[in-house]
Amino acid sequence: MTTPVLFDVPGPKARRRIRIGTAVGVLVVVVIAALVLVRLAGNGQLEPQRWAVLFDPASQVPQALGQALLRTLQVAIVGMVLATVLGLLLAVGRLSEHRWVRVVVTTLIEFFRAVPLLVLIFALYFLLPKFGIRLSAFWALVGGLVLYNAAVLAEIFRAGILSVDRGQREAAYGLGMRKTQVMTLVLLPQAVRRMLPVLIAQLVVLLKDTSLGFIISFPELLRGARGLVEFFTLQFGNQYTFQLYVAAAVIYIAINLVLSWLARYVERRTRGNAKTAATTPTELPADVQMGGGGGVVPTVR
Amino acid sequence: MDFVRENADLFLDAFLTTLGLSLLAGLLALVLGTLLAAMRVSPIPPLRGLATFYVETFRNTPLTVVFFFIIFGLPQIDFVIGFFPGAVLSVGLYTAAFVCEAVRSGVNAVSGGQAEAARALGLTFGQSLREVVLPQAFRTVVPPLGNVLIAMVKNTSIAAGFSVSDLSSLLPRLVNADAGDLTLVLVGVVVGYMVITLPSALAVNRIERRVAILR
Repeated sequence: MTTPVLFDVPGPKARRRIRIGTAVGVLVVVVIAALVLVRLAGNGQLEPQRWAVLFDPASQVPQALGQALLRTLQVAIVGMVLATVLGLLLAVGRLSEHRWVRVVVTTLIEFFRAVPLLVLIFALYFLLPKFGIRLSAFWALVGGLVLYNAAVLAEIFRAGILSVDRGQREAAYGLGMRKTQVMTLVLLPQAVRRMLPVLIAQLVVLLKDTSLGFIISFPELLRGARGLVEFFTLQFGNQYTFQLYVAAAVIYIAINLVLSWLARYVERRTRGNAKTAATTPTELPADVQMGGGGGVVPTVR
Repeated sequence: MDFVRENADLFLDAFLTTLGLSLLAGLLALVLGTLLAAMRVSPIPPLRGLATFYVETFRNTPLTVVFFFIIFGLPQIDFVIGFFPGAVLSVGLYTAAFVCEAVRSGVNAVSGGQAEAARALGLTFGQSLREVVLPQAFRTVVPPLGNVLIAMVKNTSIAAGFSVSDLSSLLPRLVNADAGDLTLVLVGVVVGYMVITLPSALAVNRIERRVAILR
């Protein structure tokens, strides 16, 4: 917040109230945290040896988590690359001058955005084999992610292409360029540059959605942690359960925070860039950030 | 058609589960999200920090992981919760972070002059938020808020992975049906979700038109 207009710069009385509020707030948070910690400690969850297993190479836990993370990243990267390519094609198709192309592509985009991502993945995993097409859990997961994210990215790219100042397109046509040239040489380079932060934000969404692989038993990070838990529970009882889940969550949050920070950094860099001066900034809508299926109401107008 | 008749009850149950889950989680998300948004613009730094921490954490955590912690993690602190209440809690807590962001963007969209005028009239922080800023903010956030809630309906599908018999869970549960029947199930599931999301989208559009203000 730049200048707080909702409240005055606090005077002495207000400052005292704020101090009291601060104290009460801190107290409440501390009490809640303490309660959780006491509960955890009471169950022996905070014993160092339970946490040491996460960092001890001899226990094979870091290696297993690392491999699971690698598979998660693999899904995310393959998914992102394919979704970007497909999304670009869909975006160009949606802006096509031929009515039938526009109608078909728009229907496809709306359909894939309207269906929950998990249902798409289930359809690829459970339904396709009935028709003789057997996909591995990896490709079912990637397939679902690509179809959904391509539909979302298509809308984002379309907004980006439309945000390029009209004069750019007109000037390009005026120079005698063809439609394809105008798109590939003039519009797309500017749009993509402007879209870069949004693309990274979408990567965060996609990375989060890879955890759906857990549900179809693809050994990504979460299923990897779960597998370790089941393995350890057989041998030692469930004494490492909590720690392994925390580890998986922390890894997700850390990667996504770094990516979000990167998105903001790129955003700052592109803002002052002359090459994007002819475009208007766009942001990833909140519902798209939720993952698992965007809103039905078109957010791009 | 035997297949349809045999599973009609199952389908209805699943649909009602998804609907109930969506309504309860949506309510929780709206209440908690608005509260968080108010905290994020409040003059008390720890409240701001707490709300920011909450939003950043949940926004960067996959919903599946939230489910994990609620269903498998809470029992570790002697707090056992059923699958359905657990799903409501997970989806609600997760969505609250996005509701907060949507409401906050609405608060920021209310022009500064409004808040300044409210302050100049001598309204307190609470009054200017309640009487001036939030009513306007809610109007501008109707479309994004609606989209968040519609996305939430689709996100409830993840409950299928955690023993809740909702619409999505029909596909793995009826996986032994033949190709034609399973396709029918898929169509039914997709239609089931659309029966919830499309009227919601229409309602959002109507509410938006009705409460829209010119600026």
